[in-house]
Amino acid sequence: MSAGTAAAIAGAVRAGERRAVDVLEEHLARIEAREPEIHAFNLVTTDAARAAAAAVDEQVARGEDPGPLAGVPVALKDNLCTRGIPTTCSSRMLEGWAPPYDATVVERLAAAGAVVVGKTNLDEFAMGSSTEHSAFGPTRNPHDTSRVPGGSSGGSAAAVAAGFSPIALGSDTGGSIRQPAALCGVVGVKPTYGRVSRLGLIAFGSSLDQVGPLAADVADAALACEVIGGHDPGDSTSLPEPFPDLRAHLDDGVEGMRVGIVAELTGDGISPDVAAQVRAAAEALAAAGASVEEISVPAVTYGLSAYYLVAPAEASSNLARYDGVRYGLRVEAPNSVEMMEATRTEGFGDEVKRRIMLGTYALSAGYYDAFYGKALKVRTLIRRDFEAAYSKVDVLISPTSPTTAFRFGERSADPMAMYLSDVCTIVANLAGHPAMSVPYGTDAEGLPVGVQVMAPALGEVPMFRVAAALERSLA
Amino acid sequence: MTERLTTAEVAKVAELARLRLTPEELERFTDQLAAVLDHAVDIEALDLDGVEPLAHPVQLTNVMRDDEPGEVLDREEVLAQAPATEEGQFRVPPVLGEGA
Repeated sequence: MSAGTAAAIAGAVRAGERRAVDVLEEHLARIEAREPEIHAFNLVTTDAARAAAAAVDEQVARGEDPGPLAGVPVALKDNLCTRGIPTTCSSRMLEGWAPPYDATVVERLAAAGAVVVGKTNLDEFAMGSSTEHSAFGPTRNPHDTSRVPGGSSGGSAAAVAAGFSPIALGSDTGGSIRQPAALCGVVGVKPTYGRVSRLGLIAFGSSLDQVGPLAADVADAALACEVIGGHDPGDSTSLPEPFPDLRAHLDDGVEGMRVGIVAELTGDGISPDVAAQVRAAAEALAAAGASVEEISVPAVTYGLSAYYLVAPAEASSNLARYDGVRYGLRVEAPNSVEMMEATRTEGFGDEVKRRIMLGTYALSAGYYDAFYGKALKVRTLIRRDFEAAYSKVDVLISPTSPTTAFRFGERSADPMAMYLSDVCTIVANLAGHPAMSVPYGTDAEGLPVGVQVMAPALGEVPMFRVAAALERSLA
Repeated sequence: MTERLTTAEVAKVAELARLRLTPEELERFTDQLAAVLDHAVDIEALDLDGVEPLAHPVQLTNVMRDDEPGEVLDREEVLAQAPATEEGQFRVPPVLGEGA
């Protein structure tokens, strides 16, 4: 365990061996040195972080336990509400807006002793796979600043990769935690839908959205899940079960586990270097005692089409609330309808407009059955196919992203090319299943590759066992 | 669904979504949205008769709680973030009448 992990920091702070304020200053110094180049943050909350760190140290001095994330710097994706602190979704629509409440996950981090260092950049309203759709400019990949960090949680992935904070929170509607984690060489987890509260996560696709952590290693990701997860009475889709103890199982190994490689995600459209790393990961799991087989999940191939009807449909409803009345931007006009049109036209960027229009179209009279209705039925097929696969194997593995980090501008002019970045990740959102990305080697140019581990609903324990085994196989 | 999306349809959708498009945007968005819908022909070809739609991954129903007063948002704090307010309420431009 390196001294920079969240677990090591919290252990040392709780034991009185390190002060939270010193830990914070080390991270602020790193942010100051490299943030101008990376642009991971929309806002660095230096003063609030210093106050929070000092409060943690005072708790320790009084003999109290600040919690399992004592003094750990954490970055928050800027679509998580923070009371009194601007929360923009990287949109002009919410520029300057300060929420009147904290997201449940933010409250839980604070209660565990974490120190929030800032709000991270994202594709506007979490719609994108590169952070190029941020209204405030893109984030750069710390491994190669001529390349994107992925998205939409690109700021959170870059913050962890650059050492700005050992843990960051993101949100994942179609891969927005896992894909940037893969492109930035960090761990990213999308828990089972309903495992983590969505209260205070600004909604994109409500049946798909899930909050989860990005971290430098598997153990820190497990720790963060345990802190933020579990039932929240404030979210009616929150599952009643407590979040399982993941860290107790990280060293269980994979002896006797059954691992499937998703056959549909091995060939077409997957870069050869990425495919080679997935094969290497499968071999490592076999060497560790798992049985590994290729397994077909046919509906995976329809996932992209279903997703790009379902997610925009939900987005078009969720984003109807931005009308210049209650919060955020208002562009004045002589009457209410013109005010709303002017506000939405000026406040939203192109990608958000595309998705709102696509969703409005898919839901509109005459097209509902052909598009949205059909997509929901495909969702059932996807679930059935996964259930069939999970009757034969405990977990599935695949690439997280078909390619490693791409260059700025490479896909931004062609929405469909950008959407194809999500082909491996979206199916877990449509099914509601947990999935995570684990860094696994690099491509020929030295860019990080992520391997995705997927599990059935509530299967976080086997998923983390496999992720931990993959991490160990590289050590 | 067999005919390609038209600019007239996109203009109608933009109006429904309360978005204004320039002529250039209308052309560009129509092309881009048509490309996404073209990709969806793969699900058009599927036989989905008898398949139930899945609107939501969690089948929780009737989530109930005791009807007890809890914490509520502070009205002043909420209104302080609104573009315009008057007498403790959100203020909007005219909805009816001459201006509307």
